[in-house]
Formats: sequence, structure tokens, C-alpha cells
Amino acid sequence: MSASPSTNDFILQVEHLSMKFGGLIAIGDLSFQARRGEITALIGPNGAGKTTVFNCITGFYKPSEGMITLNRIDGSSYLLERLPNHEIPARAKVARTFQNIRLFSGMTLLENLLVAQHNKLMKASGYTMLGLFGFSSYRKASAESIDLAKHWLEKANLVDRADDPAGDLPYGAQRRLEIARAMCTGPELLCLDEPAAGLNPKESAALNALLMDIKNNTGTSILLIEHDMSVVMQISDHVVVLEYGRKISDGSPQSVRTDPRVIAAYLGVDDEEVETVLIEVGDEDVIEQLDTGPDAAHGPGTSSSFLAGPVTDTIGHSEGERVTVSKGASKAEQVDAKANAAPRKPAERATAKPTGSTPKPRGGRK
Amino acid sequence: MAVTVSPERDVVATPVQRAFREALYAGAIALGLFVLFIGLKTDQNISNELILLQRWGLLAIVVIATAVGRFVYVGYAQPAMERAKAQKAAAPAAAATAPGFVRRNFNQIGVAVLLLYPVVIVLMFGFQGSLKWVDNFGIQILIYVMLAWGLNIVIGLAGLLDLGYVAFYAVGAYAYALLGTHFGLSFWILLPAAGLMAAFWGVMLGFPVLRLRGDYLAIVTLAFGEIIRLVLINWREVTNGSAGISGIPKVTFFGLMSFNVSDPNYIAKVLGIAQSGAYYKIFLYYLILGLCFLTAFVTIRLRRLPVGRAWEALREDEIACRSLGINTTTTKLTAFATGAMFGGFAGSFFAARQGFVSPESFVFLESAIILAIVVLGGMGSLGGIAVAALVMIGGTEILRELNFLKVVFGPDFTPELYRMLLFGMAMVIVMLWKPRGFVGSREPTAFLKERKAVSGSFTKEGHG
Repeated sequence: MSASPSTNDFILQVEHLSMKFGGLIAIGDLSFQARRGEITALIGPNGAGKTTVFNCITGFYKPSEGMITLNRIDGSSYLLERLPNHEIPARAKVARTFQNIRLFSGMTLLENLLVAQHNKLMKASGYTMLGLFGFSSYRKASAESIDLAKHWLEKANLVDRADDPAGDLPYGAQRRLEIARAMCTGPELLCLDEPAAGLNPKESAALNALLMDIKNNTGTSILLIEHDMSVVMQISDHVVVLEYGRKISDGSPQSVRTDPRVIAAYLGVDDEEVETVLIEVGDEDVIEQLDTGPDAAHGPGTSSSFLAGPVTDTIGHSEGERVTVSKGASKAEQVDAKANAAPRKPAERATAKPTGSTPKPRGGRK
Repeated sequence: MAVTVSPERDVVATPVQRAFREALYAGAIALGLFVLFIGLKTDQNISNELILLQRWGLLAIVVIATAVGRFVYVGYAQPAMERAKAQKAAAPAAAATAPGFVRRNFNQIGVAVLLLYPVVIVLMFGFQGSLKWVDNFGIQILIYVMLAWGLNIVIGLAGLLDLGYVAFYAVGAYAYALLGTHFGLSFWILLPAAGLMAAFWGVMLGFPVLRLRGDYLAIVTLAFGEIIRLVLINWREVTNGSAGISGIPKVTFFGLMSFNVSDPNYIAKVLGIAQSGAYYKIFLYYLILGLCFLTAFVTIRLRRLPVGRAWEALREDEIACRSLGINTTTTKLTAFATGAMFGGFAGSFFAARQGFVSPESFVFLESAIILAIVVLGGMGSLGGIAVAALVMIGGTEILRELNFLKVVFGPDFTPELYRMLLFGMAMVIVMLWKPRGFVGSREPTAFLKERKAVSGSFTKEGHG
């Protein structure tokens, strides 16, 4: 997967990324690339570890293993897992938004966008000293920053409300403002965590237009987590699918859409089918676990919102306790198992049962 | 105190009837509450025995006052207020568009009043009579204004709850006291030195508490304030312990004139005017006023600079700040250092004004008062904080002047003792009436079309 003719084609290369919280493996050995100038979507069921990947890329988590390389357009590259949190937007030019919107609600829209230009303005104000004494260089930079903010407010269709507090905006407008704020940092890679969550179809269409505009006019590459498939399929050039912290599919939207493993991960497989598969595989232990469902207390349950919650709260959440995904939980794995088991003879099934070496097509989940 | 009368009863009962009934209830409640508090008092008689004094007259006065107060409030004040509200609702546009002259030019009027205050006082009371008014009211209040404006940077802008602010005040005061008495350095050199020293300690405190938030931060800063005070008490060789440092040199008029009568360049000798202690006080008044203006100027300027915006952004959402490339560590440290620096300035001024410092002046209560001023004034607002300092410090000082209370409550009544009670009552009342302080809204630092104040309901208090 890592063979690439020129590394500069890829803005982001994630290699063998793992993130463990105590015993819980949120991401296991994930590798993917995002091409420059494209929209790459990261999708997967709830609790698949998408936001954790984002938090690793943007420095809110330090990954347990792996390498995240960001190649800037000027040829310099940064290892994001080594940069301190605030230097990732400042030096590597990666900006992000949050699943639960994090605006400066008591500040006006304009001020929100000016805060985003902090580092640039800080330099222009001579680290406060020149600005404090009213040097003209700062005044010029300040006027430029207001122009840039105005530009993005116009793009996000919010310029009429520029002097209102951000907390006063409706939800959809807050989403757009957060994107505009991220764009004001002048990013080369924009990471959007569920930008369409909670939007109505009209707002969703406006969001698509904004993202396409960013992609076509600024040269900023976009990495996107999304559940809304209409957004993903319409605008993304490349889709990476995660399930329980592992990549199960990677390719164009069309190929992903028809991938049986993806369908299984989202829609599940029939219970009957599962049982046949598991009997074929000969894992009684798994059947037992399947009956009780995924261990909600430990493994990622149906709603693993704790993975997506306030980022600072998650670390150290389950120290010293080994938590694993219950064996039958991964639907994609069941599809693989079925595919592998099918060629085997039914006669073999009866005898092969107690061997203990269960076929693990996508192994490694221990 | 909530009036919970059902509408049906409203129809049958006229306001006066209702007021009469509620007055009876209020009187009964007051009687029940105060019968033991006021009606009875334990005392010692001449042979050291415990006796019970009965004060039914006083109890009756209190109960009747409560009942009459309730009667007037329900019967007359409430209907009047409702009428006023209805009138206001009928003509809302006129009221909204025309804020009064005082409100529009509040800052200009405030500055003019502050500049003219000593002149007016001297004209009214003469030099000797002006001493009390300039010193106890003017200088005292302005010191707290400056301290509160300094703390406002840390709490109001950056949202870091600092309960140990008085430590920086102490550092500034002792820096001036020690360097001034031992090395004879001038105030004008030591003022910036004390500020830098306090800023240094601000950074020192800032480093360990960077990772703490909210209540934890408050507790550690509280501990820091106590540590500084205990060091000042126990490091006898340097600080002279609880006895304090006296004989701190006075401020000179930029080295040109002195305020010591014995000096050859004493101001009265240089200018050829009569000797008076009031010159020094008036000079100090303008000095602290100048320092206050400096604080205000720097605060206003900083808010429009990226660092000030980053402070406010930090108060609103720290994680979002980091996602925008803001170094939250240095941002927090600059907030601590800047706030501490103004505390240090105020401290060195305090030492120069008193001529004496001791750890007694830097107890936790001082931190609490400064914090109360910031909260009462409205976090982040300079005007509101100045008004709050005037009310809180001026209010407690004015209690000393209320001699007529002795006529009411007897000659051994000392209103100063009720300072804290009134202080608390005032805070409760203000917080009920204006939960976000006198000025709850926030002025935006930049605008495209018009500057609209941001309502307090959107701003956050910060989590440390």
C-alpha cells in the first residue's frame, strides 16, 4: 500500500497507525493515504474509531504506534505524531472541526475568524510589543486579516451576521462558521468531523457546495468523517471504511458502495447466515458471544460515543484492563470468514471442529 | 419572597386587601424568625452571672417594620412598578434608541470626575479637611480598581480562576519595601522592578498550574497566595516577620521635589507655599490614577491584539484554541504574568503610600474582595469593575461616616463591624438583580458594520 511513485502526490500518509486506550484497541494497524487536492472520506459504523484517527492526525492524541506523514506543497514533510498539538495547525497546516461544534460562542463571527489567524497576527504585532505601541505594520496586517475573514464569511454565506455572537447562530450556520474558521488558518489539509451531522437537506446541499468550492478554489485537500452517505458519495473522491478500528475497504465511492464487507459492516448479515458461517468456521465460543451481543461494557457497543466525546476525557479511561472486541462483533470479518469457508467441503466441517486453529482470515485481533 | 397568589384571588382582592393580608403573614414570619434572635439576649450581670435580657420593644419595632414594608411593597410599589412596565412596553422603541446622556458618555464623565475629584474636595474642605476624602476614599478605591482590573485580565479575559491574586500584590509591595529600604532606590526605578518581579512570580505560579482547570486551579492558586504570606511571616531575616517593614521611602516628584518636610527640596519650600500633608496625598492620588489609566489602556489595547483575543478564546474553548494553532501554554502564562504585573505595580504603590508593609495586609480576604469586585462589576468590563470597586470599597468606608446610626442604635454601635454583613447582602442583591454583574455584556474587539455588545448569556466564564 505504501508504494507511491512520488510522495508529494499524497498530502497525508497514515502508516500502521495504532491507538490503544489501556487495553482497548481503538485503531489497529491502520494505513491509508489521502491524495492532494482530493476529498477523502473516512466512514464506518459508530465506534469504528474515525474520530480517534482524527484526534491522532490533529495531535489531540499521541498514537501508540505508527507514523503519520504530512507532505506540504512546498516539499517539506512533517511527522504529525511528533509535533505538539498546537504546532500541527501552525506548521503542518492541518486544520480541523469538531463533531460537537466548538465555536467561541461569546465572540462575534468576525472575532472567531480573527482568532483563527492568531499566529499570523502575532508575528505582525511583533509578539504584542509592536502592536501595543500602535505600529502601522500591525494595523496593516489587522486590516488584511479582516479582509480574509470577510472573504470566508461571504463564502459561508454568513457575512450579514458578522457582528453577532457565534452562539446566536442556528446549528447549520454554526457548522459552516466552524469550517470558515478552520479555513482562516490557511490549511493545506482540512479535517472535518461529521460536518453534515444535524443538517437538513438544504443545509447539507449548501455544505456540499462549500466543500466543493474549497476543493476547487483553494487547493486545500479535505479529509472528512461522515455518516450522511449522500454527502460522502456525492463529493468524495476516495473513501476509506473503518470497522472496529481496522480498515475494511478503501477505494472510489462506487467500489466501496458495492463492497460486501462494507455492506455487512453497515447493515449486518442475517443471523442465520452468521451462524452457518460460524459453524463452518467451528468457533463455538464465538456463537456464545454472539448470543449476548457485543460486550457493551467493554468493547465498542452500538453507540461508542465515549470515543467521540470530549477529547481530553478519553485518555486514561480504561487503564490496566484489557478490553477486546468480542470475536463475533465484526460483521466484515464474518463476510470474510464466509467467503473463505465456502470452498471447504461439508464433510470436513464435522471433523475439523476441535482443532483450535480457527481460520482468521484478517487475523491479528487478539 | 415570591408572590404566589392565584389569579382568582386576584380578582376578588383589591391590592390593598391583599397587601394587608401579606403584611400580616410577613409580620408573623418575622416574629417567628426574630423572637429568639432579637427578643432575647444573653448577657453577664455585675456578679458574672448569665442573665437573659428581654428586648420586646426592639422585636416589636422589627416586626412592625417588616409588616409595614411588605404592606407598602405589595399595596403600592408593585402596582406602580407594573404600571411603569406596561408604559415601557407600550413605547419600547423610544426607550431603546435613546440611552441617556450619562450612559452614552459614561467613560468620559468618569475620567473627568476622577481628574477633578481632588480639586473639588480641596475647594470644599480645604487642604486639611481633604486628607480623609482623598486618602481613604480616592486612593483606597483606586488601588482596588487597579487590582481588580489586573485580576480582570486573568479571570475576566482568560477565564483562569485565580484565588491567590493578593500574592502578587504582596510581592510588589515587599519588592518595593525591601529594595527601597536596603538600597535606597527610587520609586520610579522600583515600580517597574516590582511589576517585573510580580510577573516573574506569575509565570512561576503559572507553570505548575497549567494543566489544572476549574476548581483545582482555584485551590492551587489559593494555596499559592497562602504560601507567599506564610513565607513573609516566617522568613524573619529578610522580611522581619509579622512585625513588617517600616520606614519605606516616600515617592518623590520624579526626583525633583520631595514630600519630606526635612528635605531641602520639600515641595512647599520649592514652590513657596504653606506646609501641608495633603500635597503628598493629592500627588499619590494622581499617581494611582495614572497607574489605573495605564492598566485600562493596556487592557483595552491588548484585547484588540491577537494575544487578547486568544485569552478570550481560551476562556470560551481551550480545545478549539489548540486546533487553531494557538499555543495555550504561553497564552495562559502571558495572562498570568500580565495580571500579576499590574498586581505588582499596585503593591509597590501600596507600600509607598502606607510607608509600612506587613503580612497582615495580604490575607485571603483581600483576594476574595478583589475577586468579588471583578464578579460584581461583570467579568471583562472595565467600567463595571470600577463602579463595583466604588460601591464595595467606598461603601465600606462610608460606613465609618454614618454617625447618625449611633443615634438610632445606641452610642456603642459601630457600623464598621457590620461591614461584612452589608458586603454580603449587597452581593446577594446585586447578583439577584444582575446575575452577570453590573455590565454583563461584552464589547466585541472588531466589527465589520456595527459594534453590537455581546449578551452575557453567550459568553462563558472559562474553566481555568
